[in-house]
Amino acid sequence: MSSVGANYSETRARFGPRKTFFRRLETLIKFLFFLSAFFSVIITVGITFILLKETIAFFQSPEVTLREFFTTTDWSPTFANPKFGVLPLVNGTLIIAIGSLLIATPIGLLTAIYLSQYASPRARNIIKPILELLAGIPTVVYGFLGLFYVTPILQRFFPTVEVFNAASGCIVVAVMVLPLITTLCDDAFSAVPKSMGEGALALGSTKFEVIQKIKFRAALSGIAASIILAMSRAIGETMAVTLAAGQSPKMTLNPAESIQTMTAYIVQISKGDTPVGSTSYLTLYAVGFVLFVITMTLNIIAKKLVLRFRILSV
Amino acid sequence: MSAISFQMTSKKRKLKDQLFKWVCVSSIVFVLLLLAALLFGVAKDGLPRLNSQFLQGFSSRKPEVAGIKAGIIGTLWVITITIIAAFPVGVAAAIYLEEFANRRSKLYGLIQLNIANLSAVPSIVFGILGLSLFVGALNLGRSILSAGLTMALLILPLIIIVSQEAIKAIPVGIRETSLALGATPLQTVFKQILPNALPGIITGLILAMSRAIGETAPLIVVGAVTVVFNPPAGLHDKFVVLPIQIFDWSSRPQRGFHENAAGAIIVLLGTLIVLNSLAVVIRARHQRKV
Repeated sequence: MSSVGANYSETRARFGPRKTFFRRLETLIKFLFFLSAFFSVIITVGITFILLKETIAFFQSPEVTLREFFTTTDWSPTFANPKFGVLPLVNGTLIIAIGSLLIATPIGLLTAIYLSQYASPRARNIIKPILELLAGIPTVVYGFLGLFYVTPILQRFFPTVEVFNAASGCIVVAVMVLPLITTLCDDAFSAVPKSMGEGALALGSTKFEVIQKIKFRAALSGIAASIILAMSRAIGETMAVTLAAGQSPKMTLNPAESIQTMTAYIVQISKGDTPVGSTSYLTLYAVGFVLFVITMTLNIIAKKLVLRFRILSV
Repeated sequence: MSAISFQMTSKKRKLKDQLFKWVCVSSIVFVLLLLAALLFGVAKDGLPRLNSQFLQGFSSRKPEVAGIKAGIIGTLWVITITIIAAFPVGVAAAIYLEEFANRRSKLYGLIQLNIANLSAVPSIVFGILGLSLFVGALNLGRSILSAGLTMALLILPLIIIVSQEAIKAIPVGIRETSLALGATPLQTVFKQILPNALPGIITGLILAMSRAIGETAPLIVVGAVTVVFNPPAGLHDKFVVLPIQIFDWSSRPQRGFHENAAGAIIVLLGTLIVLNSLAVVIRARHQRKV
């Protein structure tokens, strides 16, 4: 009986953790904490499950085939003779995403370079909060600005611009993603080790050459990540494009025309009186699924790039 | 000869350097001017509309009689539910991840990755989730409750992330001292960690709140109404919030409604600026204390 094992369990029973009421309560509360954290995973599973289930139901209906959905270019799901080619919506979304990034990337990058390389601490302390403020403006406000202030200005210069047009959508989405690009690029530039630039400066380089040839390259993957995240934001952006860019799904590349993005379509079908459960209604989920997959993919790519840039900058 | 050409290139290079600096400066000035011009436009159109009738009015066919009372009260209802639902869960999740989770476990990695991804999912997708889950499966109707819970799911990742940051900022010494004095891990959490992290968590909460106040898209999907003649009185009532009111007025053809939308935008932005300043003040005070 005097073996170590027996003594150990005896000792443990006498002095070890006791299963009192409070111990059990602690275990229970800890479990609740765990459940709260795990809940976020449940949300993702829930989103995926719902989108997948209803999208499958959508494709099972005899009115639509996978081939029609992904290859044809006519989108009129609520008409008497419905057509389900999603490409015009994808086209509209891409016009907004690419157009807004063409505007926001150079401005955001230059602003970030100014903030991280030239600005005095005082200027930084003023400009950073303004950018935060800009990031906090609700998207519906950007939609309003696009429709009532940007479009009239565009129309003054180009009379062919329609009331709803892709260009004003691109401009307001660009302003919207600008703080994101600026903040992330600022971080990327600030993460480049000082010694790298100082070496080149000591050899007689100008500040511009240091930025162009050293810092920009060292920060490149961070900059790329910021652009991809901004793209994901622009693709998921809803209210600004619904108000400013319009509701007409079209395979056009002309920014003066009205288009429709995937998100704007989801708003349209949600506001309309399409009977719940019909094939036309299920497009809500099918389009939502496409949107979800695209933004998720972009986020994962951005995450990988950020990881690479962290490894590089250490 | 070569000295001269060196001087030439050197001059050119310096010119380029100066030029680039001014390009950077002008890009930021451009952004600031654009923002100022747009806000000036809103103020010019909207300020004349801000009177007590506008603040107390409901939907109307006539823009000059319509008001934002239903939107304001609706926003208060929805935000209250959102906070009640998201705050405890978010903070509890942050406590688990920072204090109890095994950081090398796969589950921890999965949850962290998932939270980061979730915070980047388009808000309208959360609307679809809310529509299927709360309106459909749980049968709560297109109500204030459904709207608030949908919004809670949307800001949950944000609350978890900021709470984690706040907990991370607490010195390890506080934790270790508490444990060394014989407190259980949970006593340490409730008596040391949470009180110390609270200012940071509250700051994050306010920021999450201002995000939820401005969100429009998910609530359209869940099923907001735009024509309301009574303020909502209960959880199962139909709802309208301020941003939805702005959206509805903006999409009408009459110019009077556009001025109403500008007026509502001033109220909305004013609220958000007050909330954000509050967050900045709390953060600054806390930093001084530590």
